[in-house]
Amino acid sequence: MTSAICVRQVAKRFGSVEALAGVSLDVEQGEFFGLLGPNGAGKTTLISALAGLVRLDSGHIEVMGCDVVADYRNARRQLGVVPQELVFDPFFSVRETLRIQCGYFGIRQTRERDAWIDEILENLDLASKANANMRSLSGGMKRRVLVAQALVHKPPVIVLDEPTAGVDVELRQSLWQFIRSLNRDGHTVVLTTHYLEEAESLCTRIAMLKAGRVVALDTTANLLRSFAVHALRLKLAPGATLPPLLAGRAQEKEGAWSIAFDQYTEIEPVLAELRASGCSLEDLEIGKPDLEDVFVRVMRGKEGRFPASSGNGADAAGPPGTGTVAG
Amino acid sequence: MSGFPTLFYKEVLRFWKVGFQTVAAPVITALLYLLIFSHVLESRVQVYESVSYTAFLVPGLVMMSLLQNAFANSSSSLIQSKVTGSIIFVLLPPISYRAFYLAYVLAALVRGLSVGVGVLLATLWFAPLKFADPAWILVFAILGGGILASLGVIAGIWADKFDQLAAFQNFLIMPLTFLSGVFYSIHSLPPFWQQVSHWNPVFYMIDGFRHGFFGVSDVSPWQSLVIVATCFVLLSMLTLGMLKRGYKLRA
Repeated sequence: MTSAICVRQVAKRFGSVEALAGVSLDVEQGEFFGLLGPNGAGKTTLISALAGLVRLDSGHIEVMGCDVVADYRNARRQLGVVPQELVFDPFFSVRETLRIQCGYFGIRQTRERDAWIDEILENLDLASKANANMRSLSGGMKRRVLVAQALVHKPPVIVLDEPTAGVDVELRQSLWQFIRSLNRDGHTVVLTTHYLEEAESLCTRIAMLKAGRVVALDTTANLLRSFAVHALRLKLAPGATLPPLLAGRAQEKEGAWSIAFDQYTEIEPVLAELRASGCSLEDLEIGKPDLEDVFVRVMRGKEGRFPASSGNGADAAGPPGTGTVAG
Repeated sequence: MSGFPTLFYKEVLRFWKVGFQTVAAPVITALLYLLIFSHVLESRVQVYESVSYTAFLVPGLVMMSLLQNAFANSSSSLIQSKVTGSIIFVLLPPISYRAFYLAYVLAALVRGLSVGVGVLLATLWFAPLKFADPAWILVFAILGGGILASLGVIAGIWADKFDQLAAFQNFLIMPLTFLSGVFYSIHSLPPFWQQVSHWNPVFYMIDGFRHGFFGVSDVSPWQSLVIVATCFVLLSMLTLGMLKRGYKLRA
């Protein structure tokens, strides 16, 4: 089956800044794919290249098998992009904005088109604002219209560039509910976000970018297994001190000690040491790994425990689940 | 040409929604020019035999308004959408650079012609006009409007901020249109300035346009046609080249 998105050895420089340095990755059809990285990692540049807004220095990108440069018309028909910036055309109402966007994709004025626009408006809770001017909408409403604009031509691939930045909890939840339903209906979704808990709960596979390079690419579950570690969190009773053997490997944070472990069998020796030293505890809990741990570790380049790849992203990656890390 | 009809429609709708500012206001401005200049110069200046100064002035004002508004439409639409970021809505869909060019230029031409017709209708009460050869009127209105609309696309794409666009407008477009024989015949100028005027393409647009009304002009309308048509083709090629390369639109 053709990949929804195929990125091969993509490079782009802006003056002296290397925005993308040979990025390669594949997004399969129907995936909910996360693209993570700190500011300036190259996420938006990669999305812009995908959408034809940025011209590449080298490499190529395909959307549903259509080259974004040579076959840009078909590639763009396959793609719906929700931009990061909250942009809008102040001259038009919500419905006019969506009808115009349909027309840009060559979709003629038909009952089906209007019915689809109504459906999008309904799903994004915009129906009551259909005839309101864009200027009169709140930030959250404008964000919903951006999502609606990206969907008017029913693209099989949807790219959301930080869609929930500055958005309240209620809208965030309703937005994800709608995007999830689109994904269930077969749409491929690519998401960039700084909210890692969102990426963890939504994305089946994740690529992490750092300085224009893919530094991790795997299923979310594998990344959590490989990178993140469990931690035993101990809160000591007043006056108690950690035995020297444990103090060496524990980290103090917010008045509690955290001892990392990979296997649950490592817990018993820790508890035995605590008992032997007479250290009394006020509280004890086992912390589960989260994507934030993974992100921090990957971005710090702590790849020593993991199989470093010689290549970059998809070139070096096997099927999902094999785990790929580049330094 | 997927997307062209909608982009054209959107551009026309954009200026039509603020019609007081984009159509009515330039008509009033031209009318004020006519009232003041004709009041001061009517009895003192006679350019062509049997043509009053006020009648001479009307086609010049019509064409000047048409040209300035054609430029204003494409340039302001582009700079606004660039500054606000909404340009992305026309860059993401599969709209070709030719469709992009045609839509912006034709919509600008529609605004220019709307203002031109408005000025003509508003000034008809002040001077008896002949329509000696309407074909010339139409040809120079369309070619002249097309040239300024193309210049508007170039300026709108080139300018990164409103200040740069204002510079383009005030230091290039305004002098070219004001010093083109709108208010006078270049034969009334000293020889040096007559020569300078011959390097101004707007002079040929207005002279040829005026020939359509009175059947007389400073230079042959055929000469004007060749110069204006050449300018239109060259500017269209330049604009299309910029759009094809994605100059300042696609990084």
